[in-house]
Amino acid sequence: MADPMKIRANLVGDSTEVKVLMSHEMDTGLVKDKDGKIIPAWWIQTVKVTHNDKVVLTAQWGTAVSKNPFMSFKFKGGAKGDKVTITWVDNHNDSRTDTALIA
Amino acid sequence: MPSIHSLRLIVGVAAIAAATLAGSAFAQTTLENASAKYRQDLADGNPADLWVARGQEMWKEPRGPRKVSFESCDLGLGPGVVKGAYAQLPRWFADAGRVMDLETRLVWCMVNQQGYTHADATKQTFGNGSRHRSDLEALTAYVAKQSDGVKMNVSLADPHVREMYDVGKKAFFYRAGTHDFACATCHAADDLRIRLQYLPNLTEPAGAQKAYTTWPAYRVAQGETRTFQWRLHDCFRQQRFPDLIYGSDLSIALTTYLAASANGAVYAGPGIKL
Amino acid sequence: MDMDRRQVLKTSGGATFLALLAAAGWIPPAHADAPGWNKSEFDTHTMDATLAALGAGKPATSSDVAFFSTPDIAENGAVVPIGVTSKLPNTESIAILVEKNPFTLAALFDLPAGTEPTISTRVKMRETSNVYALVKAGGKYFMTSKEIKVTLGGCGG
Repeated sequence: MADPMKIRANLVGDSTEVKVLMSHEMDTGLVKDKDGKIIPAWWIQTVKVTHNDKVVLTAQWGTAVSKNPFMSFKFKGGAKGDKVTITWVDNHNDSRTDTALIA
Repeated sequence: MPSIHSLRLIVGVAAIAAATLAGSAFAQTTLENASAKYRQDLADGNPADLWVARGQEMWKEPRGPRKVSFESCDLGLGPGVVKGAYAQLPRWFADAGRVMDLETRLVWCMVNQQGYTHADATKQTFGNGSRHRSDLEALTAYVAKQSDGVKMNVSLADPHVREMYDVGKKAFFYRAGTHDFACATCHAADDLRIRLQYLPNLTEPAGAQKAYTTWPAYRVAQGETRTFQWRLHDCFRQQRFPDLIYGSDLSIALTTYLAASANGAVYAGPGIKL
Repeated sequence: MDMDRRQVLKTSGGATFLALLAAAGWIPPAHADAPGWNKSEFDTHTMDATLAALGAGKPATSSDVAFFSTPDIAENGAVVPIGVTSKLPNTESIAILVEKNPFTLAALFDLPAGTEPTISTRVKMRETSNVYALVKAGGKYFMTSKEIKVTLGGCGG
């Protein structure tokens, strides 16, 4: 199973700023290993972020997103202690969901 | 007496040379600024935090054949104490009879407290992707992070540590190998660089401090969090030296020299490097 | 290598015939696109093709779309920070396109009402290229671009 994400959700004025790091290889499928064999593409394809139960961001990613992806954005509202939940799904249909509380 | 034609030529060449010089000075400043901005844009959101988080989990869990956690591992400030531990290492450990850096001490605890064989404890000192991860890199990142904001304070009062410092300094300047290289070849002068990356002058306090206090670091080029043992190991590879053995006295001597040279600076790792 | 094979078997959901072939290295491992991931948009290789797949037509250049915290020169193409912000009312989505990458579309963010039209992430760049920020606002597309120089390509090993 994939490692947990590192999520920071902080109230800044009347917005919540979300910063997330994900643990993922993000292999492009264009690189060869030491033996000259192509390393198959393996990457996060979709990301969904919810605040309590409301969707505040969805993303689709190609293989060009960097290894161990980083993303940050802001949404209006949010209160200290509210839940921010992030789910990613990769092209092996492996997925990972983590939650952070707004600080 | 030069002809008018050749005089023109000389003036022309001089003008071109002056223009080229001015151009390259301009280009260099622009490149340095651009390089600084790139690093700044990367500073927020260091993937090394993923290693820190994994190391934190591992620190607490019962591990090895004896199911013992690192809570009983003494890094020099008492069993399980991690706050500020990295900033005072390497140091002398009487129970081991050796001067040790953090990574060597972690291996010692894995072997002597958790019951791993030395081979098992060191079978993945440096990770390679998510299928071949290194527990030692994660543990080192976690412990180092607990010194973030702490002043480097490696004591040379103990004669064993002092000896390691002296040996490390000697090794730093020792030229060897097929290319007649020393650490000092690249790291004992200002303004040397590889591509756009300036190489720290580790013989000056400012250079040593900036370099040492930002390891371990997430290496962008590798997508891995690397430790100081890795840094030394790869410097040896680049010098075409034989493999630097992980946790060897030579690796600890060099670490002691460089860590003590950083004394007085505030530790600020894990860093992010290209 | 054994580890890799096990991983392939595990992630492809068991010992199906295809997975066994994959494990033997005869075909790539099982690939199942995530629900909601639009292959037709991402499997494009030129600006024109990507814009067409996105239904963006010929977007107008807009100074209300801007890059921030985005370098002019990236020393390592493996990690190029990209920030995009839009001042256009009713911004619905932000996409990042790298013209000279093998696949042009790097990422597409859908922003529901209440989410600020500002996003940052990091992408790989194979070589020096124009990078485009494409914004959909009020049903229309707008774009801005910036050249980012790459001193070391980000797609190698």
